[in-house]
Amino acid sequence: MAMQRSLPAGAALLRAEAATTPNHRRGLFRDLLRNSGAVIGVALLLVVIGAAVAAPYITRYDPIKINPPDRIQAPSREHWLGTDQFGRDIFTRVVYGARISLPVGLIAVVIASLVGTLLGLLAGYYGRFLDAIVMRLIDTMLAFPGILLALVVVAILGASLPNVMIAVGVGEIPRYTRLVRGSVLSAREALYVDAARVTGVRDATILYRHILPNVVGPIVVLATLSVGTAILAAAGLSFLGLGAQPPRPEWGSMLADGRQFLSSQWWIATMPGLAIALTVLAVNMAGDGLRDVLDPRLRV
Amino acid sequence: MLSYARTRLLLTVPVLMGVSVLTFMILHLIPGDPAQLLLGDMGGGSASGDVSDAAYENLRRELGLNDPLPVQYANYVADAVRLDFGRSFQTNRPVSHSIREVLPYTLQLTVVGLGLAIVIGGVLGVVAALHRNSWIDNATMALSLVGLAMPSFWLGFILIQIFALRFGWLPSTGTGGFSSVVLPAATLGLVASGVIARLVRSTMLEVLRQEYVVTARAKGLRNRVVILRHALRNALIPVVTIVGLQFGALLSGAVIIETVFARRGLGRLAVEAILRRDYPMVQGTILVAAVGYVVVNLAVDLSYAWLDPRIKYG
Repeated sequence: MAMQRSLPAGAALLRAEAATTPNHRRGLFRDLLRNSGAVIGVALLLVVIGAAVAAPYITRYDPIKINPPDRIQAPSREHWLGTDQFGRDIFTRVVYGARISLPVGLIAVVIASLVGTLLGLLAGYYGRFLDAIVMRLIDTMLAFPGILLALVVVAILGASLPNVMIAVGVGEIPRYTRLVRGSVLSAREALYVDAARVTGVRDATILYRHILPNVVGPIVVLATLSVGTAILAAAGLSFLGLGAQPPRPEWGSMLADGRQFLSSQWWIATMPGLAIALTVLAVNMAGDGLRDVLDPRLRV
Repeated sequence: MLSYARTRLLLTVPVLMGVSVLTFMILHLIPGDPAQLLLGDMGGGSASGDVSDAAYENLRRELGLNDPLPVQYANYVADAVRLDFGRSFQTNRPVSHSIREVLPYTLQLTVVGLGLAIVIGGVLGVVAALHRNSWIDNATMALSLVGLAMPSFWLGFILIQIFALRFGWLPSTGTGGFSSVVLPAATLGLVASGVIARLVRSTMLEVLRQEYVVTARAKGLRNRVVILRHALRNALIPVVTIVGLQFGALLSGAVIIETVFARRGLGRLAVEAILRRDYPMVQGTILVAAVGYVVVNLAVDLSYAWLDPRIKYG
């Protein structure tokens, strides 16, 4: 039984596992290629990333400078998606919008996963008092569902784009903490953790070297799947006027701007919305594929 | 069951305390002095020099701002449990009156919208599960993926364009009779149905493998009876959980849809209060929404035993 496995043997096992990793990774990549949803998602995502990176080369117009003579034009050869009430080219603004929405979604998820993981590691590993405090805190945060917690954060910090990243990030923290804490609770009983502890390894090292690798897979899956949610939430806050402020070409606030022209100039509000939907769809499909490959048990 | 209900009820106490602390902090963590904010807003935006020191001191005493923070918190909670959330900085009306006014509209939208979501998501999920891995299944799941990616404000605009502006069948905005709730509820229902369809599909697939379903089939029951009476009922538990979570979340989360359709509601009240720095209103709306969410989920937990007699709490 596991109890009799000696320490060096355990270490050898770890080494063996490490040695097989590159091969294992190639297998993952092949699996991902076979998943048609993931391929479509990644391809779409590359288009959006490309738009964000190469925006000035894709379009010759300025996303912010107003140009009254050209205002409210229907889609044409000159302006593929028409112009808005300030004469700005909508295609240009949609392309530049990728430079805002993608980083906002990513940064929010980074904030959530870092803080959430840290809290989950500490609560799960140290247990008792710390666990009780952290989990009550998480329960409280969960009582502010969805956009409500983001509203609290914006109410305290004020409406701006950086605060939107924080607000959306804070809202996602509980999911990471719960996920990580659960995995840590089982990992901390493992033999190799006991072995590390009796040989005098520091807690921080145990957490980082021996426990964290066990939970990285699910964290990555959750993170990819929540980028889409984060982009939607951030766009929603900007739509409400609580996020990016005009004249920034943020998709959510562009939609809010186009609202008054809904009856006749439908393209002003329609195109940014399409951009949001396609980006989130791409992220979700890629994330779904990654989850199926990395951790089929998480499938809903 | 009763003792479980009691334990579960006791567990909400620390959560509600956390909620009250967090909403209390909104007013105290923002930069600036609440009394100054209040005077600034009531003084018609005049320079701070115009406000006399006496008026300022009076207001501070009246608001209890000179008390130690724990005392202020205790007073805040004592008022809040009596549904007294103070007066709006904007209108000087009691916050609780404004909340009571909009609550019916929020509930109407949430109930009709989620009802639609359950019907659409439930039908799609069951059909997909019964035709597993066929093109019907794939099309349904692709559709739900699109639903999950769709910003609700964008879908709302599209529905307005088609049904209000093009055909003129329904009002595009406003808070009136039943016709005004159709488009917002449809938006909410379509967006929420994606999650429900996926969940119903996966739990149905799980349930259809269970022995009691096999037994029911072996008894020679008609397929429809097996699906509706034996399988679907047991597939409901995760669905009830998700719907409960969504119901609670929508008490405030419908704010985007309320904004799109210029509809009155709790969420919009909160967002407008944030934009106007009407902090008592922010505190009141957020506290009510959070408490509502906690209560709904308590009810959901307790409903499990009723749905599935095998679940016994003790």
